[in-house]
Amino acid sequence: MSIKILFEMFPIALMFASPIIIAALGGLFSERSGVVNIALEGIMMVGAFSAATVTVLLEESTVLAPWLGLAAGLVAGIVFSLLHAVASVNMRADQTISGTALNILAGGLTVYLCQIIFRQQRTRAFSNGIQKVTVPLLEKIPVLGRMFFIENYPTFFLAIFLVFFTWILVYKTPFGLRLRSCGEHPQAAASMGINVAWMRYFGVMASGALAGLAGGIMVLTADIQYTLVTIHGTGFIALASLVFGKWNPFGVLGAGLFFGFSTALSFYAKDITFLASLPGEFFYALPYVLTIVALVVFAGKSVGPKAAGQIYDSGRR
Amino acid sequence: MTKRREKILLPLLAVLLGFILGSLIVIATGRSPVAMFAAMVKGFSGLDIINDVPWNTRYIGEFVINAMPIILTGLAFAFASRTGLFSIGAEGQLMVGSLAATAVALLVQAPRFIHLPLVLMASILAGALWGAVPGFLKARFNVHEVTVSIMMNYIALHLNNFVILNIFGSQDKVKTAFFPETALLKSPFLQSITRGSRLNWGFIPVILALVVFSFIINKTTFGYSLRAVGYNKDASRYAGMKVNRNIVLSMMIAGAFAGLAGSVITVGTFNFGRAMSAAEGYGFDGIAVALVGGNEASGILFAGMLFGMLKSAQPLMQSQGIPREIAGIIQASIVLFVAMRYGIKMLLERFKKQQAVTADGDRA
Repeated sequence: MSIKILFEMFPIALMFASPIIIAALGGLFSERSGVVNIALEGIMMVGAFSAATVTVLLEESTVLAPWLGLAAGLVAGIVFSLLHAVASVNMRADQTISGTALNILAGGLTVYLCQIIFRQQRTRAFSNGIQKVTVPLLEKIPVLGRMFFIENYPTFFLAIFLVFFTWILVYKTPFGLRLRSCGEHPQAAASMGINVAWMRYFGVMASGALAGLAGGIMVLTADIQYTLVTIHGTGFIALASLVFGKWNPFGVLGAGLFFGFSTALSFYAKDITFLASLPGEFFYALPYVLTIVALVVFAGKSVGPKAAGQIYDSGRR
Repeated sequence: MTKRREKILLPLLAVLLGFILGSLIVIATGRSPVAMFAAMVKGFSGLDIINDVPWNTRYIGEFVINAMPIILTGLAFAFASRTGLFSIGAEGQLMVGSLAATAVALLVQAPRFIHLPLVLMASILAGALWGAVPGFLKARFNVHEVTVSIMMNYIALHLNNFVILNIFGSQDKVKTAFFPETALLKSPFLQSITRGSRLNWGFIPVILALVVFSFIINKTTFGYSLRAVGYNKDASRYAGMKVNRNIVLSMMIAGAFAGLAGSVITVGTFNFGRAMSAAEGYGFDGIAVALVGGNEASGILFAGMLFGMLKSAQPLMQSQGIPREIAGIIQASIVLFVAMRYGIKMLLERFKKQQAVTADGDRA
């Protein structure tokens, strides 16, 4: 593989990686608090729809429209994820079923609203999504400058910031310790005076905010409008990154970058001699195959939160 | 409430709540819920309760077509559920089933009474093999079947597209060549009595599947040991049951039902193999069907017809100016309400107690 192609791949790989990383961080908050969230896909759809809609409706009045769109995606993600929180915390629903319901609901609701607002099964196309930036000074750094700071989407820097932010919040603060304790042994956490229900609400809402934001980023960088297939399984790849990254923010970063590159590779494979013979479908399927392999390799080692997926019953010991 | 009554009443309540929520959304977005319900009635009966147009039996045929695959994916989800497994893999199992059906339909040449059963068997086998993967990984490595089966769905999608686009000399970018008549479930007779709908013999394997499901679960020692594993793994192991073997077999049989759904669609509803940009949601429909149907054959039949009706009403709703996606919204909210049944039960009981207290207060 020539170095030139590798450099060319960076912006596109980072574009795909950013929403994966951010949504996976969302999953991390939720699962660390003890709520399995397979609704990341659905939340991303809601976030993407909201972001695209706000961008389209505001772009004539302000140049900040895409950024307001991202904010809308984040808020919509929180609101939508509340359904999951109510169902799994208050109503003791099976978290997998509730997540599945949210995924179905997202597909229906977003396209329904597209039909109401735009009279078609997709949003209107926006003329400008988020613009690429070149960072002054940093672009001059040899090698690194070309990889990260020339003509890249600023949302990648946001993803990196969120990785560090999550790491500090979850691993370096008392709050993070309490959050994680709810995902390991909620009864023990409750005995120390931690409000498990509140913590789990926080976890799910944080996942809603991040997955909603990720959906917004995805539609505003990789697409021109929201359609039913805008997210096309990225939420599940985010879920896979969470597993692949062992429920750890830096692991998630690594896994997200890896999956971002494997997506980008499917576009460039035809230019790379030893990959040209492989079909595009091979690269599309790769993240999913690798995740299964990772699951088998980690099997038996307790890497994920122990109580994730369990309904919290204060009477159990 | 007794257990039996509860098992029927709570899903019915969930369905009712789902329809109420759907109607509220339709009203909130300025459309008419009456038109929506009229579309639903027409969707399964062909009768138009608003306009004075003659009875159209084509809708009945299309309604059955829509119900068939989701009854099968419902059986798939329910079968794994009975062993305490949560399989989201029906989507992928259906897709490899459909791929296998396509392969046998195009590559084998035989008279219909050999060719068609071969097509159906191929899809059943492919689905079972695809289901065996999460089953084996669960049994051998204790890897969670939910994550694995989600991943298997996407692998199936891309495998299907790769094979369809590269191997069977596709006509255009999405279809294979048409299948020979000998591979099809098509029936000119059924089409003629339903005014040219796509109704076909697919309902026969569906009914057989319902019977087989009910028989295995309720009447065989094997089914009993599956249910025992579902209730309590450790106790079953202690009683000498082969827990790991049961997990793999359960996932395989579940996969077989979903695989069959693949051929019912591919050689029944259609007559060519298809490449797809995304999954079509039959697997998720199946989860809804199984949950509402209480994981029992009879319940699944009714729930399958309910959601089949919603599906066949979609184009009618669209033509009435109601976005067709309302069907998905209603379905998702029904699933959400069924999932919350424990909480709903608690609320109902608290409400009852309160009423009893106020009634006592009134008397005093």
